[in-house]
Amino acid sequence: MDITNDIHSQHISKQFNHELEELKTHLMAMGGLVEKQVQDAIEALLEGDSRLAERVRDNDKAVNDMQIKIDEEATRVLARRQPAASDLRLVLAVIRATSDLERIGDEANKIARNALALVESGRNAHGFIEVRHISEHVRRMVRDALTAFARFDTELAVKVVHEDDAVDSEYTTAMRSLMTFMMEDPRSISSILSVMWILRALERIGDHADNLAEYVIYLVKGLDVRHTASDKLDDQVSKHKS
Amino acid sequence: MTDFTSEASCFEVEGLSLAYDGKPALRDLTLRIPRQRVTAFIGPSGCGKSTLLRVLNRLHDLNEDVSRQGRVVLAGQDIHAPDVDVAELRRRVGMVFQTPNPFPMSIYDNVAFGVRLQGIKRKRVLDEIVEWSLESAALWDEVKDRLHSSAWTLSGGQQQRLVIARTLAVQPEVLLLDEPASALDPISTLKIEELIRSLKSRLTLVLVTHNMQQAARVSDYTAFLQDGELIEYAATDNLFTNPRLRRTENYITGRMS
Repeated sequence: MDITNDIHSQHISKQFNHELEELKTHLMAMGGLVEKQVQDAIEALLEGDSRLAERVRDNDKAVNDMQIKIDEEATRVLARRQPAASDLRLVLAVIRATSDLERIGDEANKIARNALALVESGRNAHGFIEVRHISEHVRRMVRDALTAFARFDTELAVKVVHEDDAVDSEYTTAMRSLMTFMMEDPRSISSILSVMWILRALERIGDHADNLAEYVIYLVKGLDVRHTASDKLDDQVSKHKS
Repeated sequence: MTDFTSEASCFEVEGLSLAYDGKPALRDLTLRIPRQRVTAFIGPSGCGKSTLLRVLNRLHDLNEDVSRQGRVVLAGQDIHAPDVDVAELRRRVGMVFQTPNPFPMSIYDNVAFGVRLQGIKRKRVLDEIVEWSLESAALWDEVKDRLHSSAWTLSGGQQQRLVIARTLAVQPEVLLLDEPASALDPISTLKIEELIRSLKSRLTLVLVTHNMQQAARVSDYTAFLQDGELIEYAATDNLFTNPRLRRTENYITGRMS
């Protein structure tokens, strides 16, 4: 049975409704903060803004604190309510999602750290075009994955999973061209390495957005697609109807 | 996950309808209860789950206003066929109720009661059956030194296990349990649940419970009934994580329907 995003407001216990709504709201707030962290880290890099990069690094603690707070809430719901069916799947999806969001936060932190190194080295590195392009792509994935979570939208979630394949191939191409630059100009190796770390972080963010999208499918359909090849995904998700 | 279709049948219920005084209590139920598994019936009060349980050893016979259609087959035999010996059916299909009901006699005599009715009188044989039954009901260690005290000296949880031992003594194939733990404290409840698990290696168990977490903890299959109809029947693992129907979802998660 597919569920819709108003299902968690229909319990006889209003307090239980409230607890589940809070879980979702807090997860969305954490998602918003993490999205902003990625955006700021990329902006700091592209604009050479070291103060913004410092701010991203400081904010990482807030992301970690939110993860702990939401996980505690989820644990309390498990202990006190023993949720079943879609309620149980919501709580599990939230716990898994906070872990991926926290790691997206870590990647934003890494980007900010490498941005600082680049700003300090004062070199105009190669690869910024690729960074701009891939970062737009993965930020859209994160945003769509969070929207899919908020709306219980499996179609959008499936789209995010497919986007991840595109990001992976863009990443491979970008790395190859940076490698060529390094061979041509050994003096640029250290700054290009920083850019490579940033690209790597972006690619990882794409993977985490992909995970978030998979949790949406689990939450709505009770279908675990974590190890499903993406070319078989559409088929599985559309077939799984009752 | 246990596969439903590959299970051997204990009961096969086919098109069963039942009415009390013209008022329908069960509507055209068809289901298979697998052998040596724990099957739970859940549903709101008045949904027919206890009625269905009682049909399985013909307890509803005691009520004259009952009309019934459809068949209940136990190991290939229609339990309502005219040549069925009801007393023998109830030996094969034992029943345990919500409130423990030990007889006003000693622990030993309680367990030996049914066996003596079958004509077994030799003390050595009786001793063996009593010990085996109390062992099976996980009560032996607690009562072996006071077998001749009154059954009423036992706690509620022990009394319930004594009643189960009394039922086991006559070697039933099926044990029907109607809310067997709802009058017990949490620790006694866990002991009964543990006992249910251990018994399924030799018996088929059918459990009616209001406590959904209990159904989720002990049963292999769960049937959800509402208004005398079978709404959804599935492996417990599936029913409690991903029910097929909205009505089931609403009931097990405490939503208004």
